[in-house]
Amino acid sequence: MNSATVRNLLVRGMLAGLGAGLLALVVAYFLGEPGVDSAIGFEEAHAPAHEHEVELVSRSLQSTAGLATGVLVYGIAFGGIAALAFCFALGRVGRFSARATALLLSGAALLAVYVVPFLKYPANPPSVGDPDTIGKRTSLYFLMMVLSVLLAIAATILGKRLAPRLGTWYATVVALAAFAVVIGLAYAFLPVINEVPADFPATLLWRFRLSALAIQATLWGGLGLIFGELAERLLNPKPAAVPAAGVPAAN
Amino acid sequence: MAQHVAQPTATTPTLPAKLPLSAVVPWAAFFGILMLVLLYFVGAEQGATSLVSGAGVHEWVHDARHLLGFPCH
Repeated sequence: MNSATVRNLLVRGMLAGLGAGLLALVVAYFLGEPGVDSAIGFEEAHAPAHEHEVELVSRSLQSTAGLATGVLVYGIAFGGIAALAFCFALGRVGRFSARATALLLSGAALLAVYVVPFLKYPANPPSVGDPDTIGKRTSLYFLMMVLSVLLAIAATILGKRLAPRLGTWYATVVALAAFAVVIGLAYAFLPVINEVPADFPATLLWRFRLSALAIQATLWGGLGLIFGELAERLLNPKPAAVPAAGVPAAN
Repeated sequence: MAQHVAQPTATTPTLPAKLPLSAVVPWAAFFGILMLVLLYFVGAEQGATSLVSGAGVHEWVHDARHLLGFPCH
């Protein structure tokens, strides 16, 4: 029974991820793509040394079908992971309903998976970033992401451990403060990456990064709400079938 | 009788029961890794590391990779 519940939640998580991915795709297409196009325009105008080979995938495909593939697969994958994390968190993080647990979890995931790494290594439009440092940038970005997620889990466990002694409020404050201190140390000690070309438009960079943040906020917000709804209905079905059909006035 | 049974669910919000870890761990191990592989193909394949030769995967998800915040070329 319980294994079947986990399977059902996983399927719902991936479906919710697909739905949230569609919402994020709309944001990515309308808010993000203009920035990508402007940045590619800048790249072509300012870097004549970077000769262009035959393009494998046309811009019009990259900005539509390619974008959709990436965002939707990302949504489905994180939907599945969030559903599995939800299975661990349910009934363990505190006195929250299934719906509230889902939204709390997706909010925490937005912070740990995206916002915390983003503040150190923000999203970059095309033409920002030296191709020779891709290895270093990729390892640092994933290191920051893994560190942030592990620390968020550790902080949650710390908060639960402290709760009997300090009470829920102070335990949560202490756990969040501990998370912030360790993340701050990581920010301070991990290498800085700044490969923005000197004459790259600052407003374009700012708008691109804001749109990247908006995409993630939409994705995780949508995931929390949709998955929460689906999980609530699975785990706590409305007792519609329990009262006999003949007594509609009773409730 | 029926009302006696129905009352607790009506007054106290039902808090969900824990799912036993033994039921969650097998799903988490298998599907967790599968999901991470998907993320790898969206976020990093043919960037820092390459499992598939060429640049088709990179070029196809190029815009998504930039907009989702992954380092890209």
